[in-house]
Amino acid sequence: MRKYLNVIAAYSIMMGLIILVGIFQSWNIALSIFNLCLISAVMTMGANIQWGYAGLINFGIMGFTALGGLAAVLISVDPVQEAWSAGGPNILLSLFLLIGVILAVKYILKNYKKSKSRFYIVAAIIILGIIIIRFISEPGIEAIEEVNPAKTGFLGGLGLPIIFSWIVGALFAGGLAFVIGKVALGLRADYLAIATLLISEIVIAIIKHEDWLTRGVKNVIGLKRPAPYEVNLQQTDWFINIVEKFNFSKLNLITDLTERQAALNQFVIEGSSIFVKLCYSGLFLIVVIILLILTQKALYSPWGRMMRAIRDNEEAANAMGKNVVKQHLLIFVLGSAIVGIAGAMLVTQDGLFTPGSYRPLRYTFLIWVMVIVGGSGNNFGAILGGFVVWFLWIEAAPIGLYLVNLTTAGLDDTHFLKVHLIESVPYFRFLMMGIGLLLIMRYRPKGILPEKIEIK
Amino acid sequence: MDFINALILLLNYIFVPALAYGSQLALGAIFVTLIYGILRFANFATGDMMAFGTMFTVLFTWYFQSVGISFGVLPTALLAIPFAIVFMIGYMLVIDKFVFKYYRVKKSPPVQLAMVSIGVMFVTQAVVRIIIGPSDRRFFDGEKFLIKAGEFKEMTGLNEGLAIKSTQVITIIVTLILVSSLFWFLNKTKTGKSMRAYSDNEDLALLSGIDPKKIVMITWIIAAILATIGGTLYGLDKSFKPFTYFNNMLPIFAAAIVGGIGNPFGAFLGGYVIAFSEILLTYAYRKFFMYVLPESMEPDGLVQLLSTDYKFAVSFSILVIVLLYRPSGIFKGKVL
Repeated sequence: MRKYLNVIAAYSIMMGLIILVGIFQSWNIALSIFNLCLISAVMTMGANIQWGYAGLINFGIMGFTALGGLAAVLISVDPVQEAWSAGGPNILLSLFLLIGVILAVKYILKNYKKSKSRFYIVAAIIILGIIIIRFISEPGIEAIEEVNPAKTGFLGGLGLPIIFSWIVGALFAGGLAFVIGKVALGLRADYLAIATLLISEIVIAIIKHEDWLTRGVKNVIGLKRPAPYEVNLQQTDWFINIVEKFNFSKLNLITDLTERQAALNQFVIEGSSIFVKLCYSGLFLIVVIILLILTQKALYSPWGRMMRAIRDNEEAANAMGKNVVKQHLLIFVLGSAIVGIAGAMLVTQDGLFTPGSYRPLRYTFLIWVMVIVGGSGNNFGAILGGFVVWFLWIEAAPIGLYLVNLTTAGLDDTHFLKVHLIESVPYFRFLMMGIGLLLIMRYRPKGILPEKIEIK
Repeated sequence: MDFINALILLLNYIFVPALAYGSQLALGAIFVTLIYGILRFANFATGDMMAFGTMFTVLFTWYFQSVGISFGVLPTALLAIPFAIVFMIGYMLVIDKFVFKYYRVKKSPPVQLAMVSIGVMFVTQAVVRIIIGPSDRRFFDGEKFLIKAGEFKEMTGLNEGLAIKSTQVITIIVTLILVSSLFWFLNKTKTGKSMRAYSDNEDLALLSGIDPKKIVMITWIIAAILATIGGTLYGLDKSFKPFTYFNNMLPIFAAAIVGGIGNPFGAFLGGYVIAFSEILLTYAYRKFFMYVLPESMEPDGLVQLLSTDYKFAVSFSILVIVLLYRPSGIFKGKVL
């Protein structure tokens, strides 16, 4: 119990802060912060597996998040029949051709010795393949994008419940991570960071501009929900009864019947959005707990010890007969898959997919700040980092506003400095993140909850 | 005649813009490479540091404009650059003293320094946005064109016009002057040589009596000059917006690595490699083929290899390919 004391203390403070937001701002805000904290926690767990367990730098978190989001779209949206009949065959044919090209290249690389002619043949196959695929896919893509462009203009998805996308998102992200890992994991740490950062930009560029698949910057809105809709809830009897019971004391104070009804309606509207958010919180909490149990088990298993050995001394681990390359690849795939789950969860919660909103600052660097601040190598620390940093990220603007008002209290309300500072309050969050990261790295380099290695 | 028209077309839409854009990237890439070669970490704050320097130039330009100082046909910003550099050097040295020095003395692994530079990135970004705001700022004044498309057509009687913006010419000339003086400094002066020695082998350099504090300080000063001038030239040519500067970090990294990180000459050429490949691969060649080919063979489509949306993706793909097949870059990196 004693050794978990700081963990418990840190989490209770965090929960207390969120509850304070609920009391002073509103429960709606508190719950939406809490939900995004949970999603951030999943992302940080993914990044922590890679960085904390194995020491791999992955600056491509944004790309994996976006792939998870894409999975949510491809799973849940109903298929657009017209688009399929217009351009489906062409797209499928190009897909088969693409697979054929990849297989052919693989076959040649495997069965022929390295030589100049092999290089030219492979290059010729790739270039020819790309040209043929473009010729075949172009009319298909144009046809698909012409089908009702204001509403669809893309192939749509499978029309399954959106929850499945959490698994598919993990598969997508893991698949991409496998490809990246195969080619890039041999690079030195900082090269790997830059390579993954740029690869994630390429992924975003593709998602943004291949409208036939993702609708691109036109966004996909109104995704299916795993939770009930507010509008339906507001007309359900059992829900209204619950709300009535909850606010019994407040309602009793109102004697006038019509006024009472109006107040109840207000409570029902508020309650419905809180109820929906609570549903999401429950779902996300289940994911976080499952992942936490799995990652904790892995950390203290022989496999976890091997990963730490590889992280701390690659050569020694190699000499002991551990396959460093294979383990690096495995952990890169696992961590990225977890990030993919988080990406799908995020789109599920928002109910919309906006490729334009994926920016490296928010989806890569912020997640890294979370891991470092929380404590890399320690799952509880990484999750706490997700909570603390996301909380500050959201609450930075109110805090900043308060500070600005405090420091410029002596100035006139129309004084140019005060106006300017109040206008720039949204950017205080960057300042806070940067200073927080620098302070933690300087004075507590292992994070708020440092990694503890127990030898049982 | 058609052939000359085709050439002018390429010159106008590919060669001149790519040369200017490449110069801007090259300055940034040399900045990255210097930090990597001497201080030994990948500086993720590059883009934002450039924005920071440019911000000072913009502020000084506005000040000069408000008191009525101008530089004739040339943009006032050129007058403001030296003042901005002074401030930028101060900023760089302060950041080094309070942030990077601690990790350098402790001999932290480069990864940790890269993480620290992310913290610096956040802070710099915030400061830039708090001081000047996130919106698009134009601070160009003076003569806009050196040669206008219409005048060129009249002068030569060709179908295709050639427009050369004065900012493009300024960019190329300033870059050439700056880069050649930098190479002269690194190769001919004693300080420059000791910097190269330090980058090559730190211990040996220390043994032969090179003062590491001086080396680090001069590196930051050069970095400040490069960042301010590179950022200002980009801002003059396009416009100043903090977010684009952050994004420019990516092609700049690509240029530095393609050229061989730690190698300034490689970084210089890498900038042009990235710029030219971005523009060459995303340009629609339809008009070019209309001039060159006989009428019967005229192409139907745009003859574009990749849509312009993939401009950034092109440079990143080049980088990834280079990283995989020649991790030391085209021109052997890691030595200044």
